[in-house]
Amino acid sequence: MRQRSLIAITAALAAGALTLTACGSRDSGDKGSDSGKGGGTTVTIGVDAPLTGDLSALGLGIKNSVDLAVNTANKQNLVKGVTFKISAKDDQAQPSSGQQNATAFVGDSSVLGVVGPLNSSVAQSMQKVFDDNKLVEVSPANTSPDLTQGTNWQTTKQRPYKSYFRTATTDAIQGPFAAQYIYNKAKKTKVFVIDDKKTYGAGLAKTFTDEFTKLGGKVVGTEHINPDTKDFSAVATKVKNSGAEVVYYGGEYPQAGPLSKQIKSAGANIPLIGGDGIYDPTFIKLAGTAATGDFATSVGAPVETLASAKEFVANYKAAGYKDEYAAYGGYSYDSAWAIIEAVKKVVDDNGGKLPSDARAKVTAAVQNVSFDGVTGKVSFDQYGDATNKQLTVYSVAGGAWKAVESGTYNGG
Amino acid sequence: MNELPQQLVNGLLLGSMYGLVAIGYTMVYGIVQLINFAHGEIFMTGAFGALTVYVYILPDGTSMWVALPLMLIGAILVSVTVAVGAERFAYRPLRTAPRLAPLITAIGLSLALQQAVWAWYPQAKSARTFPTIPGGPFNIGNVTIQTGDIFLVAAAPLSMAFLAYFVMRTRTGRGMQATAQDPDTAKLMGVNTDRIIVIAFALGAAFAAVGGVAYGLKYGQIDFKMGFLLGLKAFTAAVLGGIGNIYGAMLGGLVLGVAEALSTAYISNIPGMDKFGSQSWADVWAFVLLILVLLFRPQGLLGERVADRA
Repeated sequence: MRQRSLIAITAALAAGALTLTACGSRDSGDKGSDSGKGGGTTVTIGVDAPLTGDLSALGLGIKNSVDLAVNTANKQNLVKGVTFKISAKDDQAQPSSGQQNATAFVGDSSVLGVVGPLNSSVAQSMQKVFDDNKLVEVSPANTSPDLTQGTNWQTTKQRPYKSYFRTATTDAIQGPFAAQYIYNKAKKTKVFVIDDKKTYGAGLAKTFTDEFTKLGGKVVGTEHINPDTKDFSAVATKVKNSGAEVVYYGGEYPQAGPLSKQIKSAGANIPLIGGDGIYDPTFIKLAGTAATGDFATSVGAPVETLASAKEFVANYKAAGYKDEYAAYGGYSYDSAWAIIEAVKKVVDDNGGKLPSDARAKVTAAVQNVSFDGVTGKVSFDQYGDATNKQLTVYSVAGGAWKAVESGTYNGG
Repeated sequence: MNELPQQLVNGLLLGSMYGLVAIGYTMVYGIVQLINFAHGEIFMTGAFGALTVYVYILPDGTSMWVALPLMLIGAILVSVTVAVGAERFAYRPLRTAPRLAPLITAIGLSLALQQAVWAWYPQAKSARTFPTIPGGPFNIGNVTIQTGDIFLVAAAPLSMAFLAYFVMRTRTGRGMQATAQDPDTAKLMGVNTDRIIVIAFALGAAFAAVGGVAYGLKYGQIDFKMGFLLGLKAFTAAVLGGIGNIYGAMLGGLVLGVAEALSTAYISNIPGMDKFGSQSWADVWAFVLLILVLLFRPQGLLGERVADRA
């Protein structure tokens, strides 16, 4: 009797824990697919992004922006006889979850394209799954050069997967762009480089370091942090004693915020600069007043300043999403639109119906899309990279990110 | 500039926090031989309790000198309620079951608590900012101490002193010692062991709550996952110091914190070791230290009883 009640309680607890987890992901997964018009074919656009956890601010911005693109296409009746809907899955910024999601998308025959993921490390685990099934994947945010140009991109560029595209530019450009700004414009010559050892962070730190030393700057110290911890006091003390004038951080805002704060409170009053992974309002929230004067580079021009983006910003506000479109909203919209344009072309070429090998045809069509998107002209080069290689430096002032300078990176 | 004093202080501060949480592991283990893996989440719910008091109960702009004691009370209330509830509904029914059963329950409970905060606490899906104590940092020679750390500097020794007094001098404390030594005999001598066990859980939870507030003040943010890694470190601290020994828990925490700070600062200076010195290796060195201690002193730094109780 006693044994039985024990088992019952243990089981109940375990079941409770499991349902909570499951509920969570389902809750945040399947919203926004309310655009059924009835009749015709339904084409699903998958979204894979971190919808929960530390990076959810960016992930939810991606999901909502894709949702907006899909609703706009449906409203305009852009592709006759086809109704788009989204299916959003949470990868929790984990490569393993990303791969599971990829497998699930592949298994759903109505999915003709996927927007995502946020993290380059997650993309690495998904690329092959999609490529084996000729399902197109357009990432709005991955910046690791390996994904499109192969692991030896610095010497011989070779595209590993034909079904992978991205609208964001790469760290091969972003790191050096930051280095040039810091050395030439901000006139800082001594840098302390910190990264989180992940694909994105370490890659960015390396391309930054290479360019910075080439320009004549000096790296006075390097550190790698463990992204699971919040205690960077030992690192902050090292930074203070190194005599650095600036800290470059390769990584994302959940760590960058506390890191900036702890560096400043250790007594080193020097700015921190990072890539698009720290360009988020949450960074400022986490770092508090310590963030003032910190820098971030991000892909593209500020969405608010482009004429093509005004409509997007207005529509996003009008749609009433709870979360901000965040750093990748415009790119996510354009990624989704690239898939939608490709579907339109495939359907038009096939006399108004989806062909049986729609996935392969859509993938081929994405390679040749060209349209004016939210972030400017959207098209892809022979590696699947965006042809638009604009970047912007932002700085924290008055508790918000302010654009300092936009430009394209020259030389390399 | 010599950074050793600062790094020692960094380590001691981090270690005090490990120690505060480790006390809960060690007390519960000392009395019921249960490793309460949900203790890290009790620490986490405490921090959220304090945040609730500050954000949702107190009026905006309340001075921290007024708010902090109330936040502490809120944190302790939440942590103790969660811990006592866990003891009553998750562990007590399993007290006579094989050791593995409560251990599994503890892990389930840990997940359930994390997910509950994630799902139901407002905006807890990513980190929430925690109020900070105003005022600049203090410099003592070369060493800088943050205002947020002052709380930790004061709270850790005070908590230890209170605990020592409680366990050594009060009736209930002696009852705890008796129960820890031999629950059956203690029961025969008229000790209400059920009550003692509840008190051990509650006391451990109160210290974890203090640790949770210290964490919030130190880092300025809390999140639903914060208990996992810190709980694991605190457990390591408890084992390092000798699980079951309350002074050992504090000592283990301090040793662990200092080891992490020093490994981050100095290992990369040793020739040939520059690859293993960064902060991402600090955890590795912490566990290497644990293994070394366990190899040469299996009962932990201050442990005495483990051999005859295991």
